[in-house]
Amino acid sequence: MKVSKKDMENVAVLSRLSIPEAEAAQYTSQLDAFLAYVENLKSVPTDSVKPTTYALPVQNVFREDVVKPSLEREAALANAPLREDGYFKVPRILEE
Amino acid sequence: MNYEAVIGLEIHSELKTNTKIFCGCATSFGAEQNTHVCPVCLGLPGVLPVVNKRVVEFAIKAGLATNCTINNYSKFDRKNYYYPDLPKNFQTSQYDLPIAEHGYVDIEVDGKTKRIRLTRIHMEEDAGKLVHSGTTIKDSATSNVDYNRTGVPLLEIVSEPDMSSAAEARTYMEKVKSILEYIDVSNCRMEQGNLRADLNVSLRPVGTTELGTRTEMKNINSFKALEDAISYEIERQTEVLEDGGHIVQETRTWDPARGITLSMRSKEEAHDYRYMPEPDLPPIVTTPEQIERYRQELPELPDARQARLTGQYGLSAYDAAVITASRQLAEYFDAVIVDGADPKLAANWIMGDLAKNLNAEGKTIEDSPVEAKRLGAMILLISKGTISSKIAKKVFEEMWKSPDDPEKIVKDKGLVQITDTKAIEAIVDAVIAANPKPVADYQGGNKKAIGALVGQVMKQSKGKANPAMVNQLLAARLEQ
Amino acid sequence: MKLYDQPAHVLHDMLVNKEITATELTQAVLARMDAVEDEVGAYLTQTRDTALQQAAQTDAKIARGEAIAFLEGIPGALKDNICTKGVKTTCASKILEHFVPPYNAAVVEKLQAANPVLLGKTNMDEFAMGGSTENSAYHPTHNPWNTECVPGGSSGGSAAAVAAGMAIWALGSDTGGSIRQPASFCGVVGMKPTYGRVSRYGLVAYASSLDQIGPLTRDVTDCAHLLNVIAGHDAMDSTSSAAAVPDYTKALVQDVKGLKIGLPKEYFVKGMDADVEKAIRTAIEQFRVLGAEIIDISLPHTEYAISTYYLIAPAEAATNLERYDGVSYGERIDGVDIMEMMTNTRTQKFGAEVKRRIMIGNYALSAGYYDAYYLKALKVRTLIQQDYAKAFETVDVIVAPTAPTPAFKIGSMISDPLQMYLQDVCTVPLNLAGLPGISVPCGYSNQHMPIGLQIIGKPLAEETLLRTAYTYEQSQSFHKEMAVLGGKQA
Ligand SMILES: [Mg+2]
Ligand SMILES: [Zn+2]
Repeated sequence: MKVSKKDMENVAVLSRLSIPEAEAAQYTSQLDAFLAYVENLKSVPTDSVKPTTYALPVQNVFREDVVKPSLEREAALANAPLREDGYFKVPRILEE
Repeated sequence: MNYEAVIGLEIHSELKTNTKIFCGCATSFGAEQNTHVCPVCLGLPGVLPVVNKRVVEFAIKAGLATNCTINNYSKFDRKNYYYPDLPKNFQTSQYDLPIAEHGYVDIEVDGKTKRIRLTRIHMEEDAGKLVHSGTTIKDSATSNVDYNRTGVPLLEIVSEPDMSSAAEARTYMEKVKSILEYIDVSNCRMEQGNLRADLNVSLRPVGTTELGTRTEMKNINSFKALEDAISYEIERQTEVLEDGGHIVQETRTWDPARGITLSMRSKEEAHDYRYMPEPDLPPIVTTPEQIERYRQELPELPDARQARLTGQYGLSAYDAAVITASRQLAEYFDAVIVDGADPKLAANWIMGDLAKNLNAEGKTIEDSPVEAKRLGAMILLISKGTISSKIAKKVFEEMWKSPDDPEKIVKDKGLVQITDTKAIEAIVDAVIAANPKPVADYQGGNKKAIGALVGQVMKQSKGKANPAMVNQLLAARLEQ
Repeated sequence: MKLYDQPAHVLHDMLVNKEITATELTQAVLARMDAVEDEVGAYLTQTRDTALQQAAQTDAKIARGEAIAFLEGIPGALKDNICTKGVKTTCASKILEHFVPPYNAAVVEKLQAANPVLLGKTNMDEFAMGGSTENSAYHPTHNPWNTECVPGGSSGGSAAAVAAGMAIWALGSDTGGSIRQPASFCGVVGMKPTYGRVSRYGLVAYASSLDQIGPLTRDVTDCAHLLNVIAGHDAMDSTSSAAAVPDYTKALVQDVKGLKIGLPKEYFVKGMDADVEKAIRTAIEQFRVLGAEIIDISLPHTEYAISTYYLIAPAEAATNLERYDGVSYGERIDGVDIMEMMTNTRTQKFGAEVKRRIMIGNYALSAGYYDAYYLKALKVRTLIQQDYAKAFETVDVIVAPTAPTPAFKIGSMISDPLQMYLQDVCTVPLNLAGLPGISVPCGYSNQHMPIGLQIIGKPLAEETLLRTAYTYEQSQSFHKEMAVLGGKQA
C-alpha cells in the first residue's frame, strides 16, 4: 500500500472531515487503489507540455466598476443556521 | 555578539473602487452589517466571480509606480483555508503569476538613501469582519460575522527583507502609502483598515548573510504599532539569542495596550494552502502598448516631486520630503506658489503656522480653512513689504477665522506696514528722547543696545513700522 | 394519444392550434407523475401549484390570441443543482437540505422569459458526483425501462423524468458525461454544449472548468429548440463564450452527404458490451448509407482521460465544496468551537462519494503531491485537447458510444468506486477538451435497454452535431419508443 492510514487522516483534516475508525480502512484502501490507478499518467512524457486550466481559451474578461444593488439583508440571512442582530452567528473561534 | 535585524513587510491596501473585486456590491465604509452583500460575495452555491476592471488598472498603476515589471500573462488562484470570515473558505488571490513583480522604492533614513526591493504586487479579495461577544476572540463564546468587507479589492505589496530597523520599516511603509495616494488608488486610511501590514522580523549576526528564523506579526494598522512591534521584537529576539536560546518560527500578535508581542499558540500543523489556478477567472493578458499607456498616465510621483522642489525652488531636502510625503500637501504647496509666492516662505508657512493650526484642530490639509490661494496672496504681501512677517501671523489668524482675503484683512484691521520715513522718524525721535540710557550705552560703544530701542519703536507703532527702516533710521540718528 | 408521450414541438403545435390547453397538458403530466413517480423517483421537489398557474397564464395568453414562444406552456424540469429563487435547491445533498436560493441561475432567467411550465427539481448524484443517481442523499432514481436498473447519472432524475413522461423536457448538467450517459441509459436525447456556450451562473459548481448545462429531450428537434432558449453569453460568467448564438432549429435538416465522420479506435475499449458495440457499428453503417464518409482516426491519449479527469474534477470540487461549512447557509452540526462545527457538519452531511472525491482532490493539491498529480493531469489534459484538434483537421464530427454498457443494475457497482469511474471513459475526454457532444438513441440491448450513440464536435459546432443527429434520428424510429412502466401505464 502506498497510502497509509495516517496519510488518509491528514487529507481528511485538510478536507475538514473526520473519518470514523470503522471506516478508516476502507477510505484508505480506496484512496490507495485510486492513486495506483492514476499511476498510468507517469508514463506520459509531459516535460515540454504546458498545463491546461481552462477548457477553452478566453482572456481579459472584466466588469465595469459600477455599483449594482446588493441583497436585502433579510434575504442574505434567510438561510443562516444561526443569526443575531443582522449578523451570522458562529461558535467560539480558537485558531487564527 | 552584535545582531542586525532583517525585516520584510507585506502591505495590504484596500483599493478605492466603487465596487468589490468580483461583484457589484458597494465598497463604501460604515454600512450596516451584511447590507453590502450579494450571492457572489456571500459565496452562495452556484455563483461566479467577474473581475472589476478598475482593480486591474489600479494594480498595474501601483506596479509601475513602484518600478515593477508588469507580467503580460497573469492569473488568479485559490488560496484554501477555513475561516468564518471567508465565505468560500478560499481566498481568490494570485500565486505564481502576480500582476507585477521585481520593483523597488527608495527611502531616505538619516540622510542616507536605501533601496527596498519589492518582490511582487498581487490582487486579492478582502475577508469579512468578525465581531466578538467577549473582549478578545478567544474569550468569546460566540462571534458574529459581517460580510460587507468580503470581496473589497486589496493589493498585497510584498517587500524583500531589505529593512534593518523600525525606522526604515516605517519610512518604507510611509513611502508606499504616499505612492498609493499619489496614483490615487487607495484612501490609505489606516484607522479604517485601508492600509495594514504583516511583518516578519529575524536577526542575524552583523556581517553574516544567512537569514535567521523569523517571526511574523499580522494586521499591524498604524505606523506607531509598526515601529513599536518591530522594536519590541528585535529586543525580544536579541535577548533569546543572547541567552543561548533559539527563535521559534511562529506568528505573534502585537498587543498595543501592553506594548509586547505574544505567541499566538497556533496549531503546529503548518498551513497547506493548496493553491490552485482559479478556473472561473480567465487570465489577464496585457500588451507592452497598454502598459506604456498606463505609464504615460501616471502622475508626478513623490521622488520626482521632491527633486523638483529642491532643484527648482531651492527647498531643503527635509522640507521637500515633508511636503511631498502627502500628495494633498504637495498639491497645496503648488497651489500656494502658483501666483508667484516665494516657495521657501510658502514651505515655512505650510510647515509652521498652518501645520500647527491643523494639528491643533485635528484637521487635514484638505479641509484647511485657509485655502492655498489666500495663503499665497498673504505671502505675496510679505514679499512686497505690505506687511511684516510678524503682522502676517496676525493676518493668518484672521484668515483662519474668516473667509476674507488677506488684503481686506490688512486694510480693515489697519495692519499696513508703515514705510513712510517721516512717520517712522517721528517715533524714532520720541523714543530716543524718552530712553537716554540705551542711547548712552549705544553711543558708548555697546551697539547691542539698539535692540531695546527698536523694540520700543515697534511697540509704539503697534508693530506696523517696517523693521528694516526702523533699524536704519535709528542707527542714522544715533550716529549723528 | 398520450399527451405526456409527445415531444415538445408536437405539443407546441397542438397548443397553437388550440387542440389542447396548457392546463390539460400539465394535468396529464402531473397525472403521469402520480402514476409512476413512486416507481421512478425522478423528483426531489415538485412545484405543482406554480406549474398549474404557469399553464393557466399560457392558456390566457392563447385565448387572447397572442403568439406563444416554443416552450410556453410545455412542462419541464430542472436538475436540482440549478439555483431557483424561492425553490429549494439541494444538489441531492443533506448539507443543502433546506437551502432556498435568493437568486435564479442564468438559465432559469432565460427559461422564465420563455414561460415554460416548471414541474420541479430532479434527483441526481449528490453534487453531481456519480454516474447512477444512487449517490443521491434522498433516494435513488430508477430507470423507467427497467426499474431494477439505474437511470445513469448524475442527471439521472432529469433523464428518467423525460423518459417516463414525467417531464416533456429537462435540463441537466454534464461534468464528465452526466447528461449524455443518462440520456443513453434512458433512451432520450442529451446534449452537452461547448464549454461556455451556456452560462454556468447559478449552476452549483462541481468542477468549474468542466461543468456545462444542457438539454435532455425526447428528440433532436426539441434539443435544438431548448438550446435556443438557454445558449448565449452571460456577463455573470467570465468563462462564457461571446460567440453569437445561431438559430439551432435551422440545423434540423436531413443531410450528411460528404460529412466526414471520425471513428476513434480507442473508444471501442476492451470490456465494452457486445450489444453496445453492435448498435454503434450498425449506426455507423447507417451513416455510410446516408452518404457520410467514415474515417478511422486515433485519439491516442484517450486511455489517460479517466485518470486525468478524476484528478482535475475532484481537485476543483475539493475547493468548490469548501464553502459548505455550516457558517452562513446550509445545515450545521454544532461543535465546541468553529473548526469542530465545520468538521462535524461536513462529516455528517456529505455522502461517502462526495467525501471520497474531496479527499482525492485535496490529496492531489496538497504540498508535495501537486506536481505529481494535479499539475501532471493538467498537462495530460493539454495532450487530450491536442488529440482532438488534430483529429478535427480531417473529420467534421467524431462518433463513438456514449457509454460502454447499457444501464446496469442498481447496487451492482456501488461498492467499487473505481469500476464506476471507468464507465465514464467515452464521455470525460470531451469535458476535458471543452467540446460539445450529443447522445441519441441508437438501439437496444438484448434486455431491451436503450443504447446511445455519441456524436462529438469541434468547439461551438452544435449545429453540425444537431444536423448529424437529426439526420440519423429521422432515418430510424428509436426516439419514438417510450419506456413502459410496470403495467401502471395509463
Ligand atoms: Mg494576502
Ligand atoms: Zn457582492
